[in-house]
Amino acid sequence: MSVSKDKIKIEGLTGDAAIAHALRQADLDVLSAYPITPQTIIVEDYQKFAADGEVNAAVIPVESEHSAMSACVGASAVGARVATASASAGLALMWEILYCAASMRMPIVFTVANRALSAPINIHNDHSDGMGMRDSGFIQLYCQSSQEAYDTTLMAFKLAEHHDVLLPVMVGIDGFIVSHNVERVEMLPDDAAKKFVGVRTPVQPLDPKNPITMGPLALTDYYFEFKEQQDRAMQQVIKVYKEVEAEFEKLTGRKYGIFETYKTNDADIIFLAMSSMGGTAKVVADVLREKGEKVGVIRLKMFRPFPTKELAKAIGNAKAVAVFEKAMSFGAATNPLALEVKTALYGTKSRPIIANFVVGLGGRDVPPMTFVEGFEKTKEYLKKGEAPLYETLGVRK
Amino acid sequence: MSEKYNEIPMAGNIIEPGNSLKYKTGGWRAERPIHTDETCLWIKNGTCGRCWIYCPDNAVVLTEKNGKYAYAYNYDYCKGCGICANECPTDSIKMEKE
Repeated sequence: MSVSKDKIKIEGLTGDAAIAHALRQADLDVLSAYPITPQTIIVEDYQKFAADGEVNAAVIPVESEHSAMSACVGASAVGARVATASASAGLALMWEILYCAASMRMPIVFTVANRALSAPINIHNDHSDGMGMRDSGFIQLYCQSSQEAYDTTLMAFKLAEHHDVLLPVMVGIDGFIVSHNVERVEMLPDDAAKKFVGVRTPVQPLDPKNPITMGPLALTDYYFEFKEQQDRAMQQVIKVYKEVEAEFEKLTGRKYGIFETYKTNDADIIFLAMSSMGGTAKVVADVLREKGEKVGVIRLKMFRPFPTKELAKAIGNAKAVAVFEKAMSFGAATNPLALEVKTALYGTKSRPIIANFVVGLGGRDVPPMTFVEGFEKTKEYLKKGEAPLYETLGVRK
Repeated sequence: MSEKYNEIPMAGNIIEPGNSLKYKTGGWRAERPIHTDETCLWIKNGTCGRCWIYCPDNAVVLTEKNGKYAYAYNYDYCKGCGICANECPTDSIKMEKE
């Protein structure tokens, strides 16, 4: 049942503010976060809601991000609905507890303004923090706009808390590019959002009346079996995400998919990118199409679990894929996104050429010309029949 | 220990309090304590009991029946740490290789 248009509230919101509103409407029990740099305005806004009595959640400001995620795990263990936010070095300081949150199966929603890691100190956007936590067991959803950030945050609770999943979710927006830019955002009425998200039903909470132990020792004899459980839960995510999104679409008319395809059907070359770069890629694809080039775009939203089969199918018979990514895996064969894409396509018959362009590190702008440059290079590689494992674009060299 | 991934609780949760008793840590033992009655003060007159006090695993079993004192180890849980042998004031406990 969709919400009538006169009940929809339209505001100009930054990505941070949009997420804060989604957290307000999700009726959290606990939000624990480190309140100082590199914190986002998500927490600042949420604390204002709390101070103004607009939310009932216990807001716990702690002394570090390590403690923030620890408090989230504790609160989630008793069955609370929990969220937090961080970025960059703050996310890096959470690292140990990210693994605990995932392997203890705590459905925490972790909103992140994706930003570069030190050193040198840098506050701007890239995906180094998100890629740093890619193996932690978190589901990872990268958003392109403030609207998508709002929508995805609401959906994230239903996904995380689903009993076939029970895994934490990272909702990522590009630091500053989305987190600080104001865009038009449609918000559901509070009651409709609250009804959509529902109330968390914990499966096995900490309860003094029915005592259990969580996070105990498991050595050579059991540890591996618990990892098997975790892996299988991850395999349920795509199915559950589609269900949650279908329900959300009925309510709002909006959907994103695990990735977004744009003019890919007859495309020879596909740009593959995540987050805000998706918008630039589409604009460039339009211009190149006007010049007669068959170019399409895949904007990947779900990085974990990686939609291997679905992506291979969407790439189909394209001759080349140009992967643009804002992270570097120093010393790796290629970089995180391209590694996954190559793996996804290895078993296909067409096996397109993959070009990997590392761009935008430390917030370096990725203008349309960077995509054009990548396109020209990819065309050359197609002629040659091979591409280098990766290269950097937009750097003085 | 033969359970499959789907036959055990989620995430390693222990849903049955006190089930650590099922974990027989005696398997860790490299040396076992051997006790002699002759010089032991517990056997002699029911005193001392330092081994019982210091044992970190409650594996020293001291019993009394009709004024007769008996001494035993619970080898299911004795890890062979040797604290009892170290604490014994009369050298009544020796550690022997398993």
